[in-house]
Amino acid sequence: MSEPMSESTIGAHGKTITVEIMGRPYAVPEGLTMLRAMWYTGHEVVRGAGCLGGFCGACAATYRTKDDVRLRNALACQTLVEDGMSFYLNFSYYPNRKAVYDLDTISDPKQELFKIYPEASLCRNCNACTEACPQGIDVRDGVWKAVFGDFAKVSEMFMDCVMCGQCIPVCIADIAPNHVALYASRAQGARLTAPPQNLALRVTEIQSGKYAAEWTRILSMNEEELKIAAQPSK
Amino acid sequence: MDPIEESKSQVLKGRDERRKLTIPIQTPTDKDRLVHAYHPDYKKDEYHPIRLGPNAGERTVREVAELLESDSSISADLDLTPQYCVDVLVVGGGGAGATAALTAKSQGANVLLVTKLRMGDSNTVMAQGGMQVAITADDSPVTHFYDTLRGGHHKNDPNLLKVLVDEGPMAAQWLIGLGVLFDRDESGNLKTKKGGGSTKPRLLTCSDYTGLEIMRVLKDEVLNRQIPILEFSPVVELLTDPDGRCTGAVLKNIDNGQLIVVEAKSVILATGGSGRLHIEGFPTSNHYGATGDALVLAYRVGAKLAHADTFQYHPTGSVFPEQLAGALVTEGIRSDGGHLVNLNGKRFVNELDTRDVVAAAIIRECAQGRGVKTPAGRVGVWLDVPMIDLLLGEGSITKRFPAMVRQFERYGIDIRKEPVLIYPTLHYQNGGVAIDVHGQSQVEGLFVAGEASGGLHGRNRLMGNSLLDLIVFGKRAGTAAAKRAKSGPAGKLTLSHVTRFRKELEKNGIKPTRVAPIILPDYVRHEEIAHAATVKQ
Ligand SMILES: Cc1cc2nc3c(=O)[nH]c(=O)nc-3n(C[C@H](O)[C@H](O)[C@H](O)COP(=O)(O)OP(=O)(O)OC[C@H]3O[C@@H](n4cnc5c(N)ncnc54)[C@H](O)[C@@H]3O)c2cc1C
Repeated sequence: MSEPMSESTIGAHGKTITVEIMGRPYAVPEGLTMLRAMWYTGHEVVRGAGCLGGFCGACAATYRTKDDVRLRNALACQTLVEDGMSFYLNFSYYPNRKAVYDLDTISDPKQELFKIYPEASLCRNCNACTEACPQGIDVRDGVWKAVFGDFAKVSEMFMDCVMCGQCIPVCIADIAPNHVALYASRAQGARLTAPPQNLALRVTEIQSGKYAAEWTRILSMNEEELKIAAQPSK
Repeated sequence: MDPIEESKSQVLKGRDERRKLTIPIQTPTDKDRLVHAYHPDYKKDEYHPIRLGPNAGERTVREVAELLESDSSISADLDLTPQYCVDVLVVGGGGAGATAALTAKSQGANVLLVTKLRMGDSNTVMAQGGMQVAITADDSPVTHFYDTLRGGHHKNDPNLLKVLVDEGPMAAQWLIGLGVLFDRDESGNLKTKKGGGSTKPRLLTCSDYTGLEIMRVLKDEVLNRQIPILEFSPVVELLTDPDGRCTGAVLKNIDNGQLIVVEAKSVILATGGSGRLHIEGFPTSNHYGATGDALVLAYRVGAKLAHADTFQYHPTGSVFPEQLAGALVTEGIRSDGGHLVNLNGKRFVNELDTRDVVAAAIIRECAQGRGVKTPAGRVGVWLDVPMIDLLLGEGSITKRFPAMVRQFERYGIDIRKEPVLIYPTLHYQNGGVAIDVHGQSQVEGLFVAGEASGGLHGRNRLMGNSLLDLIVFGKRAGTAAAKRAKSGPAGKLTLSHVTRFRKELEKNGIKPTRVAPIILPDYVRHEEIAHAATVKQ
């Protein structure tokens, strides 16, 4: 098989900096993402890496930069290390409760929120969830909007949510804001938005057999005949 | 001036000229000539013969040939007392796996879903461009069929393809019923965008988070339906009965190395693609676990592969900043009018030609010295993203591509103002395990769905057809697997295929160079070097 790609050095510049990984200092080249810095320093990563494109939330990390007191969250596959930074992969695993529900049988989706996530209305406005979000979503506001029934707005605000769950452990009211938002978004899509007419029309056409004869004809053609039939001028 | 900056300024200056230029879609003859000369699929010296198994005598890339000739990690005398006994074992927590699991469950089957990383960590979650469904008045499933056939060089299995396009609209309806929020127009109809190689606009999108939105919803629904999930438990070998039917699998708990035996009446492989094999040395847009596991697992039990020699190199993988090397720049940028521009400020291909053609044209420009060199030594051409705001109005980029804006912003690049540098990236496994219209492989009891399967897309997948594939064939495989599970008792669990395969290796004088499935790529730096990085205190 091919040589392992030098994945652990992609982005490396000449200059060497010091970073702390789980409390241990390492010298690494500037320009690495947190995840590559882990590979560079010999760490096997199993939990803590996923899509490697910033979409899945598996690589949520917590870090602090030099001379700053604040702990911040980031996606390790997307964030560059800097001199004096200290970080760890926090695996984003939280044993929080996810409500189990059946979207088809819920009678009033907006009221249902209070049944399946009663804690949602207990938000104490501390804003920790918003501060924790590596995607820059105004999570706190989203929870309030869900409680007030503005599911449409919630679904827009949380389209960027990668479900990394960083908002969960920081909540002093025991809310899992990402799950509240996902319920609101799904209810918005499945129950509160009218089904698209153009799609319904096409489904009816197909089910009423509009294309059946054409399919019989097409599927009886050989490769050469199909080639000719597929000419775009047609 | 710095040569990159100078070339960039040409991109900005040349817009009016370039807009006047229409570049036709290539004729089949020109297309053939271009891809044969420049597409990585046609680099003869990268191709090796397959020396054993159902595809013996065919050729494929070295990385895949070595995978097919690899050894199993399992010893033939493993104790096969099952820890789980289920109707349907679904392998893979991406879109195809989730869809198959939900479908099998809805038919009353007892389902277990196992996956390598976390549920949802997959290629599905990254899909940005959208899902093709023929819904507009002047489009039809038949037009979708012909577009796909041309894109696939007429090598697609027409029966699979008919199912895809014909059941596409129902698949979209199913997703909407689960709460997937596809973009709508003012009248509430689904918005459609035009994708490369398509004659009609038929891409359904959730801004540039289509895959994330679909995956989030599917995962949530799998949890709602209380389908048991084992995460970090990849399949490392399949099990067969003495007659060669698939009867279960061996998983490995990668937290502690323990092996887990599962007995299943049907097994569905939905393990996705193989970008992390870094075929021909290419960087990839794929997720961490995309190591082509289905290819080797299915091949060892005797399933035939289809088109296992062809890969999709997405035309626009990022090459700058270096940290994003290989990461995808969505085709949506070209759909919305972004130009591809070479070092000299010139366009050189119709941006919405099929992916193999556009990728080959970019490689040609760079090979002939019309590419831009990055400081890290990569080469690429420009993708003029800011054009979109000029064409569609200020704010369009922010609204349509929030994920991409965010991705580049992290490195101080504002794509609303600056073009980006791109080069083809290894993106998609065009072929895979051959299936019939029910997702059944040539091995009884073994079903395959999604990117792991082969035949549907021919030799080049048309953009947006993969997301549709996951849903349509995930449902089909789930249905057929549940039905088969009802038809009889569970089979015997043996590793006889492993013994047989090892004998065949020996008979052919093949010494496996590796053990597979690979599970995760090896990116950890060599121990001594890594050791040197430890700062002494
Ligand atoms: C960046 C990117 C953008 C894309 N954009 C689009 C687009 O816009 N439109 C489109 O149609 N297509 C797009 N594609 C292609 C499409 O997203 C994928 O082909 C598709 O999602 C694959 O789905 P899948 O379910 O077959 O595999 P995946 O979604 O990759 O899921 C496979 C799952 O199997 C698991 N797995 C792997 N091996 C094992 C094992 N041995 N045991 C257990 N589990 C295992 C993995 O961890 C993963 O969870 C894109 C792909 C990428 C990478």
